[in-house]
Amino acid sequence: MLKLNPKFIPLAVTCCLFFLLFGIGAVQFEGFGSSRVLFNLLSDNAFLIIAAVGMTFVILSGGIDLSVGAVIALTGVVCSVLISQYQWHPLVVFPVVLIGGTAFGAIMGAIIHYYKMQPFIVTLAGMFFARGLASVISEESIPIEHEFYNQVAAFGFMLPGDAWVGTSTIICLLVLVAAIIVAHYTRFGGRVYAVGGDANSAALMGIPLAQTTIRIYAISAFLATLAGIVYSFYTFSGYSLAAVGVELDAIAAVVIGGTLLTGGYGYMFGTLMGVLIMGVVQTYISFDGTLSSWWTKIVIGLLLFCFIALQQLLVRGKPR
Amino acid sequence: MQNQSAQPVLQLKGIHKIFPSVHALKGVDFNLYAGEIHALLGENGAGKSTLIKVMTGVYQRDGGEILLEGKPIFPNNTGDAQDLGISTVYQEVNLLPNLTVAQNIYLGREPRRLGLINWNKVNRDAQELLTGYDLDIDVTLPLSGYSIAVQQLIAIARGVDMSAKVLILDEPTASLDADEVQSLFRIMRELKARGIGIAFVTHFLDQVYAVCDRITVLRSAQLVGEFEAATLSRSELIGHMLGKELAELGEHKPQVKTENADALLDVSGITRTATLSPIDIKVGKGEVVGLAGLLGSGRTELCRLIFGVDKKLGGTVIFNGKAVNFSSPRDAIDAGIGLCPEDRKHDGILGQLSIRENMILARQIKQGWWKFISRKEQEAIANQYVKELSIATSDIEKPIEQLSGGNQQKVILARWLAANPSLLILDEPTRGIDIGAHAEIIRLIRKLCDQGLALIVASSELEELVAFSSKVIVLRDRNKVAELDGSDINPQRIMQAIAAS
Repeated sequence: MLKLNPKFIPLAVTCCLFFLLFGIGAVQFEGFGSSRVLFNLLSDNAFLIIAAVGMTFVILSGGIDLSVGAVIALTGVVCSVLISQYQWHPLVVFPVVLIGGTAFGAIMGAIIHYYKMQPFIVTLAGMFFARGLASVISEESIPIEHEFYNQVAAFGFMLPGDAWVGTSTIICLLVLVAAIIVAHYTRFGGRVYAVGGDANSAALMGIPLAQTTIRIYAISAFLATLAGIVYSFYTFSGYSLAAVGVELDAIAAVVIGGTLLTGGYGYMFGTLMGVLIMGVVQTYISFDGTLSSWWTKIVIGLLLFCFIALQQLLVRGKPR
Repeated sequence: MQNQSAQPVLQLKGIHKIFPSVHALKGVDFNLYAGEIHALLGENGAGKSTLIKVMTGVYQRDGGEILLEGKPIFPNNTGDAQDLGISTVYQEVNLLPNLTVAQNIYLGREPRRLGLINWNKVNRDAQELLTGYDLDIDVTLPLSGYSIAVQQLIAIARGVDMSAKVLILDEPTASLDADEVQSLFRIMRELKARGIGIAFVTHFLDQVYAVCDRITVLRSAQLVGEFEAATLSRSELIGHMLGKELAELGEHKPQVKTENADALLDVSGITRTATLSPIDIKVGKGEVVGLAGLLGSGRTELCRLIFGVDKKLGGTVIFNGKAVNFSSPRDAIDAGIGLCPEDRKHDGILGQLSIRENMILARQIKQGWWKFISRKEQEAIANQYVKELSIATSDIEKPIEQLSGGNQQKVILARWLAANPSLLILDEPTRGIDIGAHAEIIRLIRKLCDQGLALIVASSELEELVAFSSKVIVLRDRNKVAELDGSDINPQRIMQAIAAS
């Protein structure tokens, strides 16, 4: 008997799917199956991976965070204003925005817990608030001009096979490793799964619900802010209408990565695979050259349907 | 019993708990000694679960003292109580189905190395711990894959391993089979030998006598007394639990209806695969047929089949001399049948609607919505039944959810009586209602049957069935296993029929 724990099935499916898609591309197009393409997937999607990792914590706990895209935009705007208009050094700006972002998430978490509100509504409000604040600060796109910024964004090294490892890739991999450790090797990680499994039972087992919920949303907002900083490395600007809908991409990646939307089941590594699957579809379409890039959305939509159907099957098949 | 003179490990003195609508505990004492199994008994609504919630910090007491090893404690939540050494295992196991067995046991206190959880140690320790409970299972698999019985033992193992001095078992045996109960008892005795004080809540008196040293009985939010199990007879115990009122009721011999009475309802071979094997049941006019059996024996399923809630897959039903085939409750209502469902809150009352509106429902449905019952007539009906069934309310326009369980049940009864049925099916009519109302409902059932109404009453309380049934049908594992009448209707015979295998 193949000893595959049923909880690993969605993750296994996700991994197989990624390698299948990558394999198809590699067979069809010259240069597709290279480490360069693989690492470009990482560096192009670094900000999404970071945001999706935060989203994974939230979804594992049975919640949702719709404020992610807006927080990314707000981060970009605040960074560009502080650096370009107020001449702050980026090394001062980064901690300031990260602390601010984390506090924003903690407040949302506290409201969700203490007022027993739906995460959907609270983070929707957070989304409007962050997006609105970004637009109030500046409706125009503000360029970021700072020597240090250019250096950080240009930093990186080449692996064999033209594989570029830049600042974004490094940050996103560090975040991923840290998230895997937190989720699977700390007591806090256990609490996240516990709350997602059954918050009522978790409370009866002595899990501090308030602290856990607040931390989860603080982490998500911290990572969204970090994703915002990484995003500004691509654009060298802050714009209030940037990253619209990124929260939905992140949710899609988490679900395709095998995490159950109702919480309690899933893996950080699956989220990486989820983002990479979305990236590989995008890459395939750009290699093909004739397809509209909107096909990416259609494929993602179909994949989402399939994965939700798969989850339903697994949930129903569970003995009670 | 050891060390009667010693100080109890857990002592509750004069505990009061007041909810907005009800005084749930009126100065209750409870003494639990180390190394004893102490049964906490009482009917539904006696205050057992409130008392337990006060001990475990789910509720905060409004008066009295809790002493743990002589020191006053003030648990604010279950986490506090756990830290102090009071662990609870609930009937509906409160563990996390999505985590592994080992994770469940060590959640929140996983052994760490260099700040990170040492999963090898977690799994090894869990495996070792469970071996002590004769559980040889793979602790790295999700909890959801194991039976309730195993989950319960895992919950106990978790509770005890968290250095429990006091273990509270809240109806742990309700969903276990006989073998599983025996292994639970073995574990309980072992824990007792280790000096843990165990408070055991159950509805099964056999189990009380099988494992318990002492018994504390609550009734109507008050302490009745603390007794030694060895010297308290079963009938005395039942007397303490039910109080005088019901105990006296139970002594009345039921009216024995003659078998040749015209059968009002004649069901033969009614069945629904997977939920009920073919069953025959005959009900005559003015007869009360009791349905006995444990939870899940098929009582509720049978009631639903007869009433047409579920579609029968075989068998015939003859009602009032005509072969009928109900495809929905509506058909059954039109024919003159009513059903008071088991889950009153969800299937019975319409909480936001008034007593009057709840009462006229069945009658209105029966006569069709286009023949609207006038407001005046509605009020007349409501007032009549409030008086007739002595429903305690000042106002028929009060939302029904503000009434006590017993009064809600009476309103539901009135709902059907207003529709003038010839057969009423009552599924657990006394579930979750207080003792006084309990006796009243039983009197009401008798009165109705004297008036010529036929009733089918499903109940898990044997004394109750004995008090009014002219015939008792015993179900076990979705099969009819016995039909008792005359002098055979007594708790012992019914119990035997339920228990025999």
